[in-house]
Amino acid sequence: METFANLADGFAIALTWQNLLLALLGCFLGTVMGALPGLGPSNGVAILIPLAFTLGLGATPSLILLTSVYYGAMYGGRISSILLNIPGDEPAMMTCLDGHPMALKGMAGEALSLSGVASFVGAFLATWGLILLAPQLVKIALLFGPAEYFALFALAFMTLGGVSSTNQAKSAFAAALGLGLATVGVDTQTGVPRFTYGEVHLYDGLDFLVAIVGLFALSEVFIFLENRHGGAEADAGKVKIGRLYPPLSMLKACVPTMLRTSFLGFLAGVLPGAGASLGSFISYSMEKRLVDKEGTFGTGDPRGVAAPEAGNNAAAGGALVPMLALGVPGSGTTAVLLAVLLALNITPGPLLFTQNPDVVWGLIAALFIANFMLLAMNIPMVGLFTRVLMVPSRILMPIVAMVSFVGIYGISGSTFDLLVMIGFGVMGWVLRKLDVPLVPIILGTLLGNAMENNLRRAVTIDNGDWTTLIDSPLSIGLWSIALIGFILPLIIGRKVKAGMHARRDEEGALSD
Amino acid sequence: MSDRIFGIVGILLAIGFALSALAIEESFLSDAVGPKAFPLIIAAILGLSSATIALRPDAEPAWPALARLVEIGAAVVVMILYAEFLPIAGFVIATAFAAAYLAWRLGSGPIEAVLVGIGTSLGIYVIFHLVLGLSLARGPLGF
Repeated sequence: METFANLADGFAIALTWQNLLLALLGCFLGTVMGALPGLGPSNGVAILIPLAFTLGLGATPSLILLTSVYYGAMYGGRISSILLNIPGDEPAMMTCLDGHPMALKGMAGEALSLSGVASFVGAFLATWGLILLAPQLVKIALLFGPAEYFALFALAFMTLGGVSSTNQAKSAFAAALGLGLATVGVDTQTGVPRFTYGEVHLYDGLDFLVAIVGLFALSEVFIFLENRHGGAEADAGKVKIGRLYPPLSMLKACVPTMLRTSFLGFLAGVLPGAGASLGSFISYSMEKRLVDKEGTFGTGDPRGVAAPEAGNNAAAGGALVPMLALGVPGSGTTAVLLAVLLALNITPGPLLFTQNPDVVWGLIAALFIANFMLLAMNIPMVGLFTRVLMVPSRILMPIVAMVSFVGIYGISGSTFDLLVMIGFGVMGWVLRKLDVPLVPIILGTLLGNAMENNLRRAVTIDNGDWTTLIDSPLSIGLWSIALIGFILPLIIGRKVKAGMHARRDEEGALSD
Repeated sequence: MSDRIFGIVGILLAIGFALSALAIEESFLSDAVGPKAFPLIIAAILGLSSATIALRPDAEPAWPALARLVEIGAAVVVMILYAEFLPIAGFVIATAFAAAYLAWRLGSGPIEAVLVGIGTSLGIYVIFHLVLGLSLARGPLGF
């Protein structure tokens, strides 16, 4: 009952004109960003952070804007998958498999609206999952001391590698690089400068927003410069949308699929490091194994469209659970959202639910509202978004680059930060070429200070005894999960990932 | 080969990071762990993972041809110039040039590139500065 009272309070916060307007704006921008190949949820949100920040929005309104973008991008990714066979972002990869064949059969409109409904079901159920699961997780997290938190951070980094890269060593490298970057600046506990080499600008540390925008948005511009191709505009006009509403029988046939895959996708999202791409991948594979008796999957089966879309939107909601309850994000985009919280001086984690219940429940209420807005936007108005796809990347990418510069300059007004951002952009490009995942780097720069502080607090409390790190059953449990999460993918992960990455398109965004 | 070079660079980075960490001056008021320990742990992980990458390299990535690399290098130079000239030339002028250059290099014709440059610059100026009130770099002409 308490939950419902909280939720009602949340709706009271979210239902102001300003917040509704922000949610609407976020949903629209998010869908556009999701639909455009090359702009995924993580760089879409990254570009908008500085904007939310400089507009002086409070914590709740900024989060409402940015999570609406996040949910919107998850909806939007399917549009170009279905119409052009190019995933708008990585989680929408699996939607190509059946969505595009449906469009070729002249059922593009049905595919779009069916996947819109599936997205809605997935996101709606996942938001309920978030409401029910997050407070339980908070109860466990309240038992955590510094040693357990240190173990939890280690767990996040170790399991992240299992999914985000084909090479564990490379994700370990990425995590260490991010953590190392976080240590630049004045040490918070003793006040000595570290790795600053006398550069005054570095005393405050590297701004993680600069790192995020550089790594995600600018590196994308470099990828486009490298390939220089006109992008998606080529044959957008060829596919006819057709009728916009799916027949009731088709919807009915897909209901069990949507429910099953929403559940599965939600679970995939909650797991640290997995995120929406894995959600849509396992949803599709499981449905194929379960219901594809006539071998119609891959040839335009409506269930093959509903499964990955419900799965990826449910995973998007699921990934918010560990981010809000533990302060440890479950995916790339939630890592970016965590950056927003940190930039606004709000520490996510169990205390968030007791100290800032208005933020949490306002956000959850906004998710429900955004979800209905997105459903309304994505079915009758889908034609509008298909038109956006006509914008060629040679016009789009300069705008992306310039908006990134404006955002970062708007925060700090310093040329130095712009140069650092360019540096991160180049680094991001090289690392992407070498197949090094970028999400652990972001997570490292975000969580590095908290991780180090918890380590030092734990050891200091125990008078310099390092064994305190594995003293309690809870921390031993966390460390063993971390070890299993690191080793297991070495054994079985290769197969799963090979399947996932086989369909990875260089053009899709790098992560969810 | 790329991965071997990458791994060796990573090892050098780890050594450099560890040496810098050892050079941190400790304050007389320190906690039990001190400011060096965590960076040293990180350096160790960095070194180990780099060594693994160098010893067990992945398949060679598809590096672009030299011309494309020059293209990216040129874009980086333009962006650096943009960052440096932003406070001097003002937002609208600097952005118009940078956006036009990028549009041109991404395959727009000359006229389209100029239009994209001016359009992007003015569009951002109107939306972000005039409507949303974001403070942008002010040039000698006041914009």
